[in-house]
Amino acid sequence: MPNLQQTVSPVTEAPPSNDSPAVVTKPGLSVRLEQLRAFYGDAEQVKGIDLEFRANEVTAIIGPSGCGKSTMIRCINRMHEEIPGARAEGRVLLDDTDVYGSGVDVVAVRRAIGMVFQKPNPFPTMSVYDNVAAGLRLSAQRGGDMHAKVEAALRGAGLWSEVEDRLNEPGAGLSGGQQQRLCIARSLAVGPEVILMDEPCSALDPVATLKIEELIDELKSRVTIVIVTHNMQQAARVADRTAFMLDGKLVEVGPTQEIFTKPSDPRTEEYVTGKFG
Amino acid sequence: MSTQAPTGDLMARFGVSAARRRKDRIARGAILAATIVALIPLVLIVYYLLSKGLGAWSSSFFTTDPTGNTFFKSESIGGIKSAILGTVEMVALASAISVPVGVGVAVWLVEYGKSSWFAHTVRFFVDVLTGVPSIVFGLFIYIVLIVGTGSSFAGYKGSLALSLLMLPVVIRSAEVILLLIPAGLRESALALGAPRWKVIFSIVLPTALPGMVTGMLLAVARAAGETAPLLFTAASTKATSFNLSGFMNSLPVQIYGDVTSPTTAVVNRAWGAALTLVVMILLLNLLARLISRRSRLA
Repeated sequence: MPNLQQTVSPVTEAPPSNDSPAVVTKPGLSVRLEQLRAFYGDAEQVKGIDLEFRANEVTAIIGPSGCGKSTMIRCINRMHEEIPGARAEGRVLLDDTDVYGSGVDVVAVRRAIGMVFQKPNPFPTMSVYDNVAAGLRLSAQRGGDMHAKVEAALRGAGLWSEVEDRLNEPGAGLSGGQQQRLCIARSLAVGPEVILMDEPCSALDPVATLKIEELIDELKSRVTIVIVTHNMQQAARVADRTAFMLDGKLVEVGPTQEIFTKPSDPRTEEYVTGKFG
Repeated sequence: MSTQAPTGDLMARFGVSAARRRKDRIARGAILAATIVALIPLVLIVYYLLSKGLGAWSSSFFTTDPTGNTFFKSESIGGIKSAILGTVEMVALASAISVPVGVGVAVWLVEYGKSSWFAHTVRFFVDVLTGVPSIVFGLFIYIVLIVGTGSSFAGYKGSLALSLLMLPVVIRSAEVILLLIPAGLRESALALGAPRWKVIFSIVLPTALPGMVTGMLLAVARAAGETAPLLFTAASTKATSFNLSGFMNSLPVQIYGDVTSPTTAVVNRAWGAALTLVVMILLLNLLARLISRRSRLA
Protein backbone atom coordinates (compact mmCIF):
# COMPACT_ATOMS: atom_id res chain seq x y z
CA MET A 1 0.00 0.00 0.00
CA PRO A 2 1.50 3.34 -0.99
CA ASN A 3 2.09 5.76 1.80
CA LEU A 4 0.56 8.96 0.49
CA GLN A 5 1.23 10.86 3.67
CA GLN A 6 4.92 10.90 3.00
CA THR A 7 7.24 11.76 0.16
CA VAL A 8 7.61 9.06 -2.43
CA SER A 9 11.19 7.93 -2.85
CA PRO A 10 12.91 9.08 -6.05
CA VAL A 11 13.98 6.92 -8.92
CA THR A 12 17.09 5.22 -7.62
CA GLU A 13 18.42 3.01 -10.39
CA ALA A 14 21.84 3.68 -11.89
CA PRO A 15 21.80 5.07 -15.43
CA PRO A 16 22.27 2.30 -17.98
CA SER A 17 24.67 2.70 -20.87
CA ASN A 18 22.12 3.35 -23.60
CA ASP A 19 18.66 4.81 -24.02
CA SER A 20 16.86 1.67 -22.97
CA PRO A 21 14.71 2.04 -19.87
CA ALA A 22 16.33 1.48 -16.55
CA VAL A 23 16.11 -1.74 -14.58
CA VAL A 24 12.72 -2.25 -12.99
CA THR A 25 13.05 -1.44 -9.34
CA LYS A 26 9.66 0.09 -8.76
CA PRO A 27 6.73 -1.55 -10.49
CA GLY A 28 3.57 0.41 -11.13
CA LEU A 29 0.46 0.30 -9.01
CA SER A 30 -3.08 -0.48 -10.00
CA VAL A 31 -5.77 2.22 -9.98
CA ARG A 32 -9.41 1.38 -9.38
CA LEU A 33 -12.27 3.81 -9.86
CA GLU A 34 -15.41 3.15 -7.83
CA GLN A 35 -18.57 5.06 -8.72
CA LEU A 36 -16.49 8.06 -9.81
CA ARG A 37 -18.52 11.16 -10.57
CA ALA A 38 -17.11 14.51 -11.62
CA PHE A 39 -18.85 17.86 -11.77
CA TYR A 40 -18.23 21.31 -13.15
CA GLY A 41 -20.49 23.37 -10.95
CA ASP A 42 -23.85 21.60 -11.34
CA ALA A 43 -23.02 19.88 -14.62
CA GLU A 44 -22.17 16.23 -14.20
CA GLN A 45 -19.47 15.31 -16.68
CA VAL A 46 -18.45 11.87 -15.40
CA LYS A 47 -21.52 9.91 -14.34
CA GLY A 48 -20.46 7.06 -12.09
CA ILE A 49 -17.61 5.01 -13.49
CA ASP A 50 -16.25 1.72 -12.15
CA LEU A 51 -13.02 0.83 -13.87
CA GLU A 52 -9.70 -0.76 -13.03
CA PHE A 53 -6.35 0.13 -14.54
CA ARG A 54 -4.10 -2.88 -13.97
CA ALA A 55 -0.57 -2.42 -12.70
CA ASN A 56 2.12 -2.19 -15.41
CA GLU A 57 -0.39 -2.25 -18.21
CA VAL A 58 -1.30 0.43 -20.72
CA THR A 59 -5.00 1.23 -20.69
CA ALA A 60 -6.34 3.44 -23.46
CA ILE A 61 -9.47 5.53 -22.99
CA ILE A 62 -11.34 6.19 -26.22
CA GLY A 63 -14.60 7.96 -26.90
CA PRO A 64 -16.01 10.97 -28.75
CA SER A 65 -15.05 14.54 -27.76
CA GLY A 66 -16.78 15.73 -24.63
CA CYS A 67 -17.51 12.25 -23.29
CA GLY A 68 -15.56 12.94 -20.10
CA LYS A 69 -12.31 11.06 -20.82
CA SER A 70 -10.00 13.90 -19.81
CA THR A 71 -12.13 14.86 -16.84
CA MET A 72 -12.05 11.26 -15.66
CA ILE A 73 -8.28 10.92 -15.75
CA ARG A 74 -7.84 14.34 -14.17
CA CYS A 75 -9.79 12.97 -11.20
CA ILE A 76 -7.18 10.23 -10.74
CA ASN A 77 -4.40 12.63 -9.68
CA ARG A 78 -6.86 15.14 -8.27
CA MET A 79 -6.10 17.79 -10.90
CA HIS A 80 -9.82 18.10 -11.62
CA GLU A 81 -10.36 20.01 -8.40
CA GLU A 82 -7.91 22.74 -9.53
CA ILE A 83 -10.62 24.11 -11.81
CA PRO A 84 -12.81 26.60 -9.94
CA GLY A 85 -16.17 25.05 -9.15
CA ALA A 86 -15.09 21.53 -10.09
CA ARG A 87 -15.48 18.58 -7.71
CA ALA A 88 -15.43 14.80 -7.72
CA GLU A 89 -17.33 12.08 -5.86
CA GLY A 90 -16.68 8.40 -5.40
CA ARG A 91 -13.42 6.60 -4.80
CA VAL A 92 -10.12 6.41 -6.67
CA LEU A 93 -8.07 3.58 -5.17
CA LEU A 94 -4.34 3.63 -5.80
CA ASP A 95 -3.53 0.04 -4.88
CA ASP A 96 -5.79 0.07 -1.80
CA THR A 97 -5.64 3.69 -0.74
CA ASP A 98 -8.39 6.12 -1.65
CA VAL A 99 -6.68 9.25 -3.00
CA TYR A 100 -9.79 11.19 -1.93
CA GLY A 101 -9.61 9.73 1.58
CA SER A 102 -9.37 12.03 4.58
CA GLY A 103 -5.83 12.89 5.61
CA VAL A 104 -4.48 12.23 2.12
CA ASP A 105 -2.04 14.90 0.95
CA VAL A 106 -2.96 15.92 -2.59
CA VAL A 107 0.69 16.82 -3.24
CA ALA A 108 1.83 13.27 -2.38
CA VAL A 109 -0.90 11.85 -4.63
CA ARG A 110 0.44 13.83 -7.56
CA ARG A 111 3.97 12.62 -6.89
CA ALA A 112 2.75 9.03 -7.10
CA ILE A 113 0.57 9.70 -10.16
CA GLY A 114 2.32 11.75 -12.85
CA MET A 115 0.64 13.44 -15.76
CA VAL A 116 1.56 14.33 -19.33
CA PHE A 117 -0.60 16.92 -21.03
CA GLN A 118 -1.94 17.35 -24.53
CA LYS A 119 0.31 20.29 -25.34
CA PRO A 120 4.01 19.92 -24.53
CA ASN A 121 4.60 22.45 -21.75
CA PRO A 122 8.24 22.64 -20.67
CA PHE A 123 8.89 25.45 -18.18
CA PRO A 124 9.80 28.37 -20.47
CA THR A 125 12.37 29.97 -18.18
CA MET A 126 14.36 26.76 -17.73
CA SER A 127 17.01 24.80 -19.60
CA VAL A 128 16.55 21.16 -20.62
CA TYR A 129 18.44 20.08 -17.51
CA ASP A 130 16.52 22.38 -15.18
CA ASN A 131 13.19 21.26 -16.58
CA VAL A 132 13.90 17.72 -15.45
CA ALA A 133 15.56 18.86 -12.23
CA ALA A 134 12.47 21.00 -11.55
CA GLY A 135 10.49 17.79 -11.25
CA LEU A 136 12.75 16.84 -8.37
CA ARG A 137 13.16 20.28 -6.83
CA LEU A 138 9.46 21.10 -6.94
CA SER A 139 8.62 17.84 -5.23
CA ALA A 140 11.24 18.38 -2.53
CA GLN A 141 13.65 15.66 -3.65
CA ARG A 142 16.86 17.62 -3.53
CA GLY A 143 19.03 14.94 -1.98
CA GLY A 144 21.37 12.61 -3.82
CA ASP A 145 23.12 13.03 -7.11
CA MET A 146 20.87 15.41 -9.01
CA HIS A 147 22.78 14.99 -12.26
CA ALA A 148 22.47 11.21 -12.17
CA LYS A 149 18.75 11.45 -11.51
CA VAL A 150 18.26 13.90 -14.37
CA GLU A 151 20.24 11.66 -16.70
CA ALA A 152 18.26 8.59 -15.62
CA ALA A 153 14.98 10.40 -16.26
CA LEU A 154 16.12 11.65 -19.68
CA ARG A 155 17.29 8.15 -20.62
CA GLY A 156 13.99 6.78 -19.38
CA ALA A 157 12.21 9.15 -21.75
CA GLY A 158 14.50 8.15 -24.63
CA LEU A 159 15.77 11.69 -24.94
CA TRP A 160 19.27 11.49 -23.47
CA SER A 161 21.21 10.88 -26.68
CA GLU A 162 19.43 13.80 -28.38
CA VAL A 163 19.97 16.39 -25.66
CA GLU A 164 23.16 15.15 -24.00
CA ASP A 165 25.23 18.04 -25.35
CA ARG A 166 22.55 20.75 -25.09
CA LEU A 167 21.42 20.29 -21.51
CA ASN A 168 21.84 24.00 -20.83
CA GLU A 169 19.82 25.20 -23.78
CA PRO A 170 16.22 26.33 -23.19
CA GLY A 171 13.77 23.45 -22.99
CA ALA A 172 11.36 25.41 -25.16
CA GLY A 173 13.93 25.31 -27.99
CA LEU A 174 13.47 21.58 -28.59
CA SER A 175 11.15 20.21 -31.26
CA GLY A 176 7.55 19.46 -30.27
CA GLY A 177 8.16 15.73 -29.94
CA GLN A 178 11.32 16.29 -27.93
CA GLN A 179 9.47 18.75 -25.71
CA GLN A 180 6.81 16.15 -25.01
CA ARG A 181 9.46 13.55 -24.13
CA LEU A 182 11.11 16.20 -21.94
CA CYS A 183 7.79 16.53 -20.11
CA ILE A 184 7.67 12.75 -19.74
CA ALA A 185 11.23 12.81 -18.36
CA ARG A 186 10.18 15.55 -15.94
CA SER A 187 7.33 13.35 -14.70
CA LEU A 188 9.55 10.26 -14.50
CA ALA A 189 12.14 12.11 -12.39
CA VAL A 190 9.60 12.42 -9.59
CA GLY A 191 9.34 8.62 -9.54
CA PRO A 192 5.63 8.02 -10.05
CA GLU A 193 3.96 4.61 -10.03
CA VAL A 194 1.28 5.70 -12.50
CA ILE A 195 1.48 8.09 -15.46
CA LEU A 196 -1.64 9.63 -16.93
CA MET A 197 -1.39 10.85 -20.52
CA ASP A 198 -4.04 13.17 -21.87
CA GLU A 199 -3.81 12.92 -25.66
CA PRO A 200 -0.01 13.19 -25.51
CA CYS A 201 0.47 12.95 -29.27
CA SER A 202 -2.33 15.13 -30.58
CA ALA A 203 0.06 18.05 -31.16
CA LEU A 204 2.82 15.91 -32.71
CA ASP A 205 3.73 14.72 -36.18
CA PRO A 206 3.64 10.97 -37.03
CA VAL A 207 7.37 10.41 -36.47
CA ALA A 208 7.33 12.04 -33.05
CA THR A 209 4.12 10.17 -32.28
CA LEU A 210 5.81 6.87 -33.09
CA LYS A 211 8.65 7.68 -30.70
CA ILE A 212 6.23 8.42 -27.88
CA GLU A 213 4.36 5.20 -28.59
CA GLU A 214 7.60 3.19 -28.44
CA LEU A 215 8.42 4.97 -25.21
CA ILE A 216 5.03 4.08 -23.72
CA ASP A 217 5.73 0.44 -24.54
CA GLU A 218 9.06 0.61 -22.71
CA LEU A 219 7.75 2.56 -19.75
CA LYS A 220 5.03 0.13 -18.81
CA SER A 221 7.58 -2.15 -17.17
CA ARG A 222 8.01 0.49 -14.48
CA VAL A 223 4.73 2.40 -14.38
CA THR A 224 1.05 1.88 -14.96
CA ILE A 225 -0.08 3.99 -17.91
CA VAL A 226 -3.49 5.45 -18.65
CA ILE A 227 -3.69 7.18 -22.02
CA VAL A 228 -6.56 9.19 -23.42
CA THR A 229 -6.52 9.20 -27.18
CA HIS A 230 -8.64 10.23 -30.13
CA ASN A 231 -6.56 8.11 -32.42
CA MET A 232 -7.92 4.59 -32.56
CA GLN A 233 -4.89 3.23 -34.36
CA GLN A 234 -2.83 4.54 -31.49
CA ALA A 235 -5.01 2.78 -28.92
CA ALA A 236 -4.68 -0.41 -30.95
CA ARG A 237 -0.88 -0.02 -31.13
CA VAL A 238 -0.04 0.82 -27.53
CA ALA A 239 -2.79 -0.37 -25.23
CA ASP A 240 -3.11 -3.72 -23.49
CA ARG A 241 -6.67 -2.88 -22.58
CA THR A 242 -9.05 -0.29 -23.96
CA ALA A 243 -12.02 1.38 -22.33
CA PHE A 244 -14.76 3.03 -24.39
CA MET A 245 -16.61 5.95 -22.86
CA LEU A 246 -19.76 7.67 -24.01
CA ASP A 247 -21.58 10.59 -22.43
CA GLY A 248 -19.76 10.36 -19.09
CA LYS A 249 -20.30 6.63 -18.72
CA LEU A 250 -18.15 3.59 -19.33
CA VAL A 251 -19.60 1.52 -22.15
CA GLU A 252 -17.15 -1.33 -21.99
CA VAL A 253 -13.59 -2.24 -21.21
CA GLY A 254 -11.55 -5.22 -22.28
CA PRO A 255 -8.40 -6.40 -24.01
CA THR A 256 -7.68 -3.99 -26.86
CA GLN A 257 -7.87 -6.75 -29.47
CA GLU A 258 -11.37 -7.65 -28.32
CA ILE A 259 -12.64 -4.05 -28.20
CA PHE A 260 -11.56 -3.49 -31.78
CA THR A 261 -12.54 -6.86 -33.28
CA LYS A 262 -15.50 -8.20 -31.36
CA PRO A 263 -16.89 -5.60 -28.94
CA SER A 264 -19.85 -6.75 -26.90
CA ASP A 265 -21.71 -3.43 -27.10
CA PRO A 266 -23.05 -2.24 -30.47
CA ARG A 267 -22.18 1.38 -29.62
CA THR A 268 -18.52 0.43 -29.25
CA GLU A 269 -18.60 -1.28 -32.60
CA GLU A 270 -20.16 1.77 -34.24
CA TYR A 271 -17.51 4.01 -32.71
CA VAL A 272 -14.46 1.89 -33.52
CA THR A 273 -15.65 1.32 -37.08
CA GLY A 274 -16.09 5.05 -37.53
CA LYS A 275 -19.90 5.18 -37.78
CA PHE A 276 -19.98 8.14 -35.35
CA GLY A 277 -17.70 10.21 -33.15
CA MET B 1 -3.82 34.67 -66.68
CA SER B 2 -4.03 38.04 -68.35
CA THR B 3 -1.78 40.91 -67.39
CA GLN B 4 -3.92 43.43 -69.26
CA ALA B 5 -5.61 46.21 -67.34
CA PRO B 6 -9.32 45.56 -66.85
CA THR B 7 -11.36 47.19 -69.55
CA GLY B 8 -15.00 47.82 -70.40
CA ASP B 9 -17.48 46.35 -67.93
CA LEU B 10 -14.84 45.21 -65.53
CA MET B 11 -13.29 48.66 -65.40
CA ALA B 12 -16.68 50.06 -64.38
CA ARG B 13 -16.70 47.66 -61.44
CA PHE B 14 -13.06 47.85 -60.45
CA GLY B 15 -12.31 51.52 -61.06
CA VAL B 16 -12.23 53.86 -58.07
CA SER B 17 -14.69 56.71 -58.48
CA ALA B 18 -13.53 60.31 -58.20
CA ALA B 19 -15.84 60.87 -55.22
CA ARG B 20 -14.26 58.00 -53.33
CA ARG B 21 -10.81 59.26 -54.19
CA ARG B 22 -11.75 62.68 -52.83
CA LYS B 23 -13.18 61.24 -49.61
CA ASP B 24 -10.07 59.16 -49.15
CA ARG B 25 -7.84 62.18 -49.59
CA ILE B 26 -9.88 64.26 -47.11
CA ALA B 27 -9.88 61.49 -44.49
CA ARG B 28 -6.15 60.91 -44.84
CA GLY B 29 -5.51 64.64 -44.64
CA ALA B 30 -7.64 64.99 -41.50
CA ILE B 31 -5.83 62.17 -39.73
CA LEU B 32 -2.45 63.54 -40.72
CA ALA B 33 -3.46 67.01 -39.49
CA ALA B 34 -4.57 65.57 -36.13
CA THR B 35 -1.24 63.80 -35.78
CA ILE B 36 0.66 66.99 -36.53
CA VAL B 37 -1.43 69.02 -34.08
CA ALA B 38 -0.73 66.43 -31.38
CA LEU B 39 2.97 66.47 -32.18
CA ILE B 40 3.32 70.28 -31.93
CA PRO B 41 3.22 70.50 -28.10
CA LEU B 42 5.37 67.38 -27.78
CA VAL B 43 8.04 68.77 -30.05
CA LEU B 44 7.84 72.18 -28.34
CA ILE B 45 8.27 70.60 -24.91
CA VAL B 46 11.33 68.71 -26.03
CA TYR B 47 12.66 71.82 -27.80
CA TYR B 48 12.24 74.11 -24.77
CA LEU B 49 13.60 71.49 -22.40
CA LEU B 50 16.71 71.05 -24.51
CA SER B 51 17.29 74.68 -25.38
CA LYS B 52 16.70 76.04 -21.89
CA GLY B 53 17.72 73.01 -19.85
CA LEU B 54 21.02 72.23 -21.55
CA GLY B 55 22.13 75.80 -20.92
CA ALA B 56 21.72 75.29 -17.19
CA TRP B 57 23.67 72.01 -17.22
CA SER B 58 27.26 72.10 -16.10
CA SER B 59 29.39 69.80 -14.02
CA SER B 60 28.74 71.85 -10.86
CA PHE B 61 25.00 71.76 -11.64
CA PHE B 62 24.92 68.07 -10.69
CA THR B 63 27.48 68.19 -7.91
CA THR B 64 26.38 71.13 -5.76
CA ASP B 65 23.34 71.73 -3.62
CA PRO B 66 21.11 74.73 -4.26
CA THR B 67 21.99 77.76 -2.14
CA GLY B 68 19.73 80.49 -0.88
CA ASN B 69 21.79 83.23 -2.62
CA THR B 70 19.35 83.74 -5.42
CA PHE B 71 19.56 87.52 -5.58
CA PHE B 72 23.29 87.74 -6.13
CA LYS B 73 25.46 86.38 -8.89
CA SER B 74 23.95 83.62 -10.95
CA GLU B 75 26.99 81.39 -10.30
CA SER B 76 26.20 81.34 -6.60
CA ILE B 77 22.71 79.78 -6.80
CA GLY B 78 24.08 76.23 -6.78
CA GLY B 79 22.93 73.07 -8.51
CA ILE B 80 20.41 70.31 -7.95
CA LYS B 81 22.43 67.54 -6.29
CA SER B 82 20.17 67.33 -3.23
CA ALA B 83 17.08 67.20 -5.46
CA ILE B 84 18.42 64.33 -7.60
CA LEU B 85 19.53 62.31 -4.58
CA GLY B 86 16.33 63.09 -2.69
CA THR B 87 14.19 61.87 -5.59
CA VAL B 88 16.29 58.72 -5.94
CA GLU B 89 16.13 57.98 -2.21
CA MET B 90 12.43 58.62 -1.79
CA VAL B 91 11.43 56.75 -4.94
CA ALA B 92 13.67 53.83 -3.94
CA LEU B 93 11.98 53.58 -0.55
CA ALA B 94 8.55 53.99 -2.15
CA SER B 95 9.36 51.13 -4.57
CA ALA B 96 10.70 48.96 -1.75
CA ILE B 97 7.28 49.33 -0.12
CA SER B 98 4.91 49.19 -3.08
CA VAL B 99 6.57 46.49 -5.22
CA PRO B 100 6.48 43.61 -2.70
CA VAL B 101 3.02 44.59 -1.45
CA GLY B 102 1.68 45.16 -4.97
CA VAL B 103 3.08 41.90 -6.35
CA GLY B 104 1.70 40.12 -3.29
CA VAL B 105 -1.77 41.53 -3.95
CA ALA B 106 -1.55 40.59 -7.64
CA VAL B 107 -0.45 37.02 -6.82
CA TRP B 108 -3.31 36.69 -4.37
CA LEU B 109 -5.82 38.04 -6.91
CA VAL B 110 -4.68 35.72 -9.70
CA GLU B 111 -3.73 32.56 -7.81
CA TYR B 112 -6.12 32.53 -4.88
CA GLY B 113 -8.83 35.21 -4.98
CA LYS B 114 -9.75 34.59 -8.65
CA SER B 115 -13.41 35.51 -8.96
CA SER B 116 -14.45 35.51 -5.31
CA TRP B 117 -16.46 38.51 -4.12
CA PHE B 118 -13.53 39.72 -2.02
CA ALA B 119 -11.21 39.63 -5.04
CA HIS B 120 -13.74 41.65 -7.03
CA THR B 121 -13.93 44.17 -4.18
CA VAL B 122 -10.14 44.45 -4.08
CA ARG B 123 -10.00 44.96 -7.87
CA PHE B 124 -12.69 47.64 -7.64
CA PHE B 125 -10.79 49.61 -5.01
CA VAL B 126 -7.52 49.22 -6.90
CA ASP B 127 -9.24 50.72 -9.94
CA VAL B 128 -10.59 53.56 -7.80
CA LEU B 129 -7.09 54.19 -6.42
CA THR B 130 -5.68 54.37 -9.96
CA GLY B 131 -7.92 57.33 -10.66
CA VAL B 132 -7.25 59.23 -7.44
CA PRO B 133 -5.38 62.50 -8.11
CA SER B 134 -1.85 62.43 -6.73
CA ILE B 135 -2.41 65.37 -4.40
CA VAL B 136 -4.99 63.33 -2.51
CA PHE B 137 -2.30 60.79 -1.52
CA GLY B 138 -0.14 63.64 -0.25
CA LEU B 139 -3.10 65.08 1.61
CA PHE B 140 -3.87 61.70 3.18
CA ILE B 141 -0.33 61.25 4.48
CA TYR B 142 -0.31 64.89 5.63
CA ILE B 143 -3.50 64.43 7.64
CA VAL B 144 -2.53 61.07 9.10
CA LEU B 145 1.22 61.29 9.67
CA ILE B 146 1.87 65.01 10.05
CA VAL B 147 -1.25 66.62 11.47
CA GLY B 148 -2.33 63.36 13.09
CA THR B 149 0.93 62.77 14.90
CA GLY B 150 1.82 66.40 15.36
CA SER B 151 5.21 65.74 13.82
CA SER B 152 7.04 67.40 10.99
CA PHE B 153 7.73 66.73 7.31
CA ALA B 154 10.00 63.78 6.52
CA GLY B 155 11.42 61.99 3.49
CA TYR B 156 9.85 58.69 4.48
CA LYS B 157 6.42 60.31 4.64
CA GLY B 158 6.94 61.48 1.07
CA SER B 159 7.93 57.91 0.19
CA LEU B 160 4.74 56.58 1.75
CA ALA B 161 2.65 59.01 -0.29
CA LEU B 162 4.50 57.94 -3.45
CA SER B 163 4.13 54.26 -2.60
CA LEU B 164 0.35 54.69 -2.27
CA LEU B 165 0.38 56.33 -5.68
CA MET B 166 2.44 53.47 -7.16
CA LEU B 167 0.53 50.64 -5.53
CA PRO B 168 -2.47 50.45 -7.89
CA VAL B 169 -0.18 50.73 -10.94
CA VAL B 170 2.02 47.92 -9.62
CA ILE B 171 -0.95 45.69 -8.74
CA ARG B 172 -2.70 46.15 -12.07
CA SER B 173 0.39 45.67 -14.23
CA ALA B 174 1.52 42.61 -12.24
CA GLU B 175 -1.98 41.12 -12.39
CA VAL B 176 -2.15 41.53 -16.16
CA ILE B 177 1.21 39.77 -16.59
CA LEU B 178 0.28 36.95 -14.19
CA LEU B 179 -2.96 36.38 -16.11
CA LEU B 180 -0.91 35.97 -19.29
CA ILE B 181 0.86 32.93 -17.87
CA PRO B 182 -0.70 29.87 -19.48
CA ALA B 183 -2.80 27.76 -17.13
CA GLY B 184 -1.03 24.69 -18.52
CA LEU B 185 2.20 25.85 -16.95
CA ARG B 186 0.70 25.95 -13.47
CA GLU B 187 -1.08 22.66 -14.07
CA SER B 188 2.03 20.83 -15.19
CA ALA B 189 3.91 22.04 -12.11
CA LEU B 190 1.04 21.09 -9.81
CA ALA B 191 0.81 17.69 -11.49
CA LEU B 192 4.47 17.07 -10.60
CA GLY B 193 3.46 17.17 -6.98
CA ALA B 194 4.59 20.69 -6.25
CA PRO B 195 2.92 22.60 -3.42
CA ARG B 196 1.12 25.71 -4.65
CA TRP B 197 3.53 28.17 -3.03
CA LYS B 198 6.42 26.47 -4.81
CA VAL B 199 4.61 26.64 -8.12
CA ILE B 200 4.18 30.38 -7.58
CA PHE B 201 7.77 31.03 -6.53
CA SER B 202 9.60 28.64 -8.88
CA ILE B 203 7.45 28.72 -11.99
CA VAL B 204 4.90 31.54 -12.09
CA LEU B 205 6.96 34.46 -10.77
CA PRO B 206 10.17 33.70 -12.73
CA THR B 207 8.14 33.37 -15.92
CA ALA B 208 6.34 36.64 -15.21
CA LEU B 209 9.45 38.52 -14.06
CA PRO B 210 10.49 40.34 -17.27
CA GLY B 211 6.95 41.56 -17.89
CA MET B 212 6.48 42.60 -14.29
CA VAL B 213 9.73 44.57 -14.24
CA THR B 214 8.37 46.69 -17.08
CA GLY B 215 5.26 47.55 -15.08
CA MET B 216 7.31 48.27 -11.96
CA LEU B 217 9.65 50.64 -13.83
CA LEU B 218 6.72 52.52 -15.32
CA ALA B 219 5.28 52.94 -11.83
CA VAL B 220 8.69 54.18 -10.64
CA ALA B 221 8.85 56.63 -13.53
CA ARG B 222 5.44 57.96 -12.67
CA ALA B 223 6.29 58.39 -8.99
CA ALA B 224 9.59 60.12 -9.78
CA GLY B 225 7.76 62.89 -11.62
CA GLU B 226 5.13 63.64 -8.96
CA THR B 227 5.22 66.95 -7.11
CA ALA B 228 1.92 67.05 -5.29
CA PRO B 229 2.38 64.08 -2.92
CA LEU B 230 5.76 65.48 -1.79
CA LEU B 231 4.89 69.15 -1.30
CA PHE B 232 3.48 68.78 2.18
CA THR B 233 4.94 65.42 3.19
CA ALA B 234 8.66 65.67 2.50
CA ALA B 235 8.65 69.45 2.06
CA SER B 236 11.90 70.62 0.60
CA THR B 237 15.30 71.57 1.80
CA LYS B 238 18.49 72.78 0.24
CA ALA B 239 21.09 70.41 1.64
CA THR B 240 21.69 66.86 0.48
CA SER B 241 20.26 64.49 3.05
CA PHE B 242 20.53 60.75 3.50
CA ASN B 243 18.26 60.84 6.51
CA LEU B 244 14.79 59.80 5.37
CA SER B 245 13.23 60.96 8.62
CA GLY B 246 14.27 64.56 7.95
CA PHE B 247 13.21 67.11 5.34
CA MET B 248 14.12 66.04 1.85
CA ASN B 249 14.53 67.79 -1.45
CA SER B 250 13.28 66.30 -4.72
CA LEU B 251 13.40 67.22 -8.39
CA PRO B 252 9.70 68.00 -8.88
CA VAL B 253 9.50 70.12 -5.74
CA GLN B 254 12.74 71.92 -6.65
CA ILE B 255 11.32 72.70 -10.08
CA TYR B 256 8.07 73.88 -8.51
CA GLY B 257 9.96 76.24 -6.24
CA ASP B 258 12.37 77.50 -8.87
CA VAL B 259 9.94 78.42 -11.64
CA THR B 260 8.24 80.99 -9.42
CA SER B 261 11.52 82.77 -8.69
CA PRO B 262 12.01 86.30 -10.06
CA THR B 263 15.67 85.51 -10.80
CA THR B 264 16.30 84.30 -14.35
CA ALA B 265 19.17 82.05 -13.30
CA VAL B 266 16.90 80.22 -10.84
CA VAL B 267 14.20 79.77 -13.46
CA ASN B 268 16.88 78.36 -15.75
CA ARG B 269 17.87 75.98 -12.98
CA ALA B 270 14.25 74.74 -13.03
CA TRP B 271 14.63 74.01 -16.74
CA GLY B 272 17.87 72.17 -16.10
CA ALA B 273 16.23 70.15 -13.33
CA ALA B 274 13.25 69.40 -15.57
CA LEU B 275 15.54 68.13 -18.32
CA THR B 276 17.37 66.01 -15.74
CA LEU B 277 14.09 64.49 -14.57
CA VAL B 278 12.96 63.77 -18.13
CA VAL B 279 16.29 62.13 -18.97
CA MET B 280 16.15 59.99 -15.82
CA ILE B 281 12.62 58.81 -16.65
CA LEU B 282 13.59 58.25 -20.29
CA LEU B 283 16.45 56.02 -19.17
CA LEU B 284 14.06 54.07 -16.94
CA ASN B 285 11.65 53.61 -19.83
CA LEU B 286 14.44 52.45 -22.10
CA LEU B 287 15.47 49.96 -19.44
CA ALA B 288 11.87 48.76 -19.19
CA ARG B 289 11.73 48.23 -22.95
CA LEU B 290 15.01 46.39 -22.97
CA ILE B 291 13.79 44.04 -20.27
CA SER B 292 10.39 43.48 -21.82
CA ARG B 293 12.06 42.59 -25.12
CA ARG B 294 13.57 39.65 -23.30
CA SER B 295 10.14 38.64 -22.04
CA ARG B 296 9.04 35.21 -23.14
CA LEU B 297 5.38 36.06 -22.87
CA ALA B 298 4.82 39.25 -24.81
